[in-house]
Amino acid sequence: MNNEVDEMLEIKDLKVSVEGKQILKGLNLTVNKGEVHAIMGPNGSGKSTLASVIAGKEDYTVDGGSITFNGKDMLELSADERAKEGMFLAFQYPVEIPGVSTINFLKTAIAEIRQYRGLPPMEAKDFLKMLKEKQKVVEIEANLTGRSVNEGFSGGEKKRNEIFQMAMLEPSLAILDETDSGLDIDALRIVATGVNKLRTKENAFVVITHYQRLLEYIVPDFVHVLYQGRIVKSGTRELALELEGKGYDWIKKEFAELAV
Amino acid sequence: MSGSNEILEEFVQGEYKYGFTSDIDSDILPPGLNEETVRFISAKKGEPEFMLEYRMKAFRYWKEMKEPHWAHLHYPVIDYRKISYYSAPKKPKEIKSLDEVDPELLRTFEKLGISLLEQKRLSGVAVDAVIDSVSVKTTFKESLSKLGIIFCSFSEAVKEHPDLVKKYMGSVVPYTDNYFAALNAAVFSDGSFCYIPKGVRCPMELSTYFRINSAGTGQFERTLIIADEGAYVSYLEGCTAPMRDENQLHAAVVEIVSHADAEVKYSTVQNWYPGDKDGKGGIYNFVTKRGICLGNNAKISWTQVETGSAITWKYPSVILKGDNSVGEFYSIAVTNHMQQADTGTKMTHLGKNTKSTIVSKGIAAGKSNNSYRGLVKVNRGAKNARNFSQCDSLLMGNNCGAHTFPYIEINDKSAQVEHEATTSKIGEDQIFYCNQRGIDTEKAIGLIVNGYCREVLNKLPMEFAVEAQKLLAVSLEGSVG
Repeated sequence: MNNEVDEMLEIKDLKVSVEGKQILKGLNLTVNKGEVHAIMGPNGSGKSTLASVIAGKEDYTVDGGSITFNGKDMLELSADERAKEGMFLAFQYPVEIPGVSTINFLKTAIAEIRQYRGLPPMEAKDFLKMLKEKQKVVEIEANLTGRSVNEGFSGGEKKRNEIFQMAMLEPSLAILDETDSGLDIDALRIVATGVNKLRTKENAFVVITHYQRLLEYIVPDFVHVLYQGRIVKSGTRELALELEGKGYDWIKKEFAELAV
Repeated sequence: MSGSNEILEEFVQGEYKYGFTSDIDSDILPPGLNEETVRFISAKKGEPEFMLEYRMKAFRYWKEMKEPHWAHLHYPVIDYRKISYYSAPKKPKEIKSLDEVDPELLRTFEKLGISLLEQKRLSGVAVDAVIDSVSVKTTFKESLSKLGIIFCSFSEAVKEHPDLVKKYMGSVVPYTDNYFAALNAAVFSDGSFCYIPKGVRCPMELSTYFRINSAGTGQFERTLIIADEGAYVSYLEGCTAPMRDENQLHAAVVEIVSHADAEVKYSTVQNWYPGDKDGKGGIYNFVTKRGICLGNNAKISWTQVETGSAITWKYPSVILKGDNSVGEFYSIAVTNHMQQADTGTKMTHLGKNTKSTIVSKGIAAGKSNNSYRGLVKVNRGAKNARNFSQCDSLLMGNNCGAHTFPYIEINDKSAQVEHEATTSKIGEDQIFYCNQRGIDTEKAIGLIVNGYCREVLNKLPMEFAVEAQKLLAVSLEGSVG
């Protein structure tokens, strides 16, 4: 009924190449407020490319199509502007920034985002209060946030730090790029619990994953299968279960004509 | 890929912010260098005989020397006869208050954010401002003198404390030490002198702001700091210079003497005009800085943030003579455009259980060359000497160079010497990560660079650290069009 109002992210016929090789070949995806979408697919299908292109990484050439976020053309905006518009990417491989504490990093980020939105700077005490609250939500140790961003962190700590940053920045759209990779079952549960606590009717998530496992914890509203740079199948949670049972070979066979 | 390179390109093209010349009348000696020049300088300053003799010995020695060319630096031949060796602001000699200081001069300080007034009122920093070689104003002298602390211009010290000057001048850096030290000893114009008596802890940071301000005038500063037994002092030196076309030679000498149980912290922020982006103009900075830990348990710590000068040749060093003495060197050197820096330290271990620490952070951008050159020397009999060295280089873009020349001479088997070196580039993935959190590229680079320098910035006194961080940010401006 009021689909247009709830529409948050709309990707139309997106074609993207890297060094002359086309990775995304006409991808369509619509994400509405309050929804969780899972994007699954075999290795090399273009999942991480999709995440990077939405976030505005520069190594990619957009050959065609559009990305609209809250009615704005994202292809016109730089990566930091997209973030300021409310987009967040939880990295598959979070980057280390030696000498810059996570707290200082987030303080800078929040100040920049608020300035962009015409909001006054956040009071130090409000920031600290928020810091404590969100640390609890994602079960991250306070000493980790005092240390340099991701420096010397274990794989699990890095992923938890991503979710912590997401909690602090309160994006309207969060893209989780293989957040489950390299996590043991306990770390996975903590990360998923954090995400679930942050779900509201106003925000949305795109969960990119290779395995169904994560989706047992973060239950998606929709599941899409990405293969050869296109979404070849969409469904509900049952699709993820079917994929687990049959494996990606089933998709590869069914869409063999796409693999040229 | 190309996008980020472009940004780095723009980033390294930030123009020098302090490019201006202030109009203060200068009393300038015509260019040239001979015995007459040396006599003129000495007479002009009304120096006692011993000083003139010292200058003459140094000059005669210098004439026989050859300019050294072992550093990783390239610059045109310097014609020492074309430099003017004396320039003093024309003004009444006695200055009782800031009102008497040339307003143009005060404005200059304001442009640099170094208002003497502000400093005086807010931060409790006593400032001995050196403009073109003559000390213009010394503040807080009285309150310091109550503690027996002497903090004055070098010329004043020569007249009023000749015994101290005679005893210590040249004791750490003799005029025979090197070409530039000899030149300085012959023609030095002025500088700062500081003496902290036994057991006195200097209650404030002592600070000198240097400024080269007269076209074509070489500046030959001389600083002498003496901390007597058990004394402590933290000394700050900060510099900026106006924009100009011809190269300016600067050859300073700094000597530090730290007696038993004394500690001297010497911090520098150097931001002289580095030349334009094609390498035109800029300061040639050939400095000899050395301290000696004369007694047991003495400590000397050098911290420097070097962002300016076309050529930097500078090795603040420590001679660890007393047992258990400690020498430290913390350095950030930023080179950009066509700048060249060859900087590092020498730690000479003579006493037992002596310890030295070297942390060097080089940042090279544009087409610049940034070299670390350091010597760790342990003499025979210097039992249980320890050194830790860490030399990191950060490259921005593909046209700059970072080089490390560590020299180690160990003559005692009980020595423990560690050396770590890394070279890294500001990663595009780091910048993108910051971007994705809402931080634009210019701020991201500032954040990453400041993080990389954290260890050294932490060693600076608070108000200086803030200034240094700003300076790093200023040299990083212009990254986003």
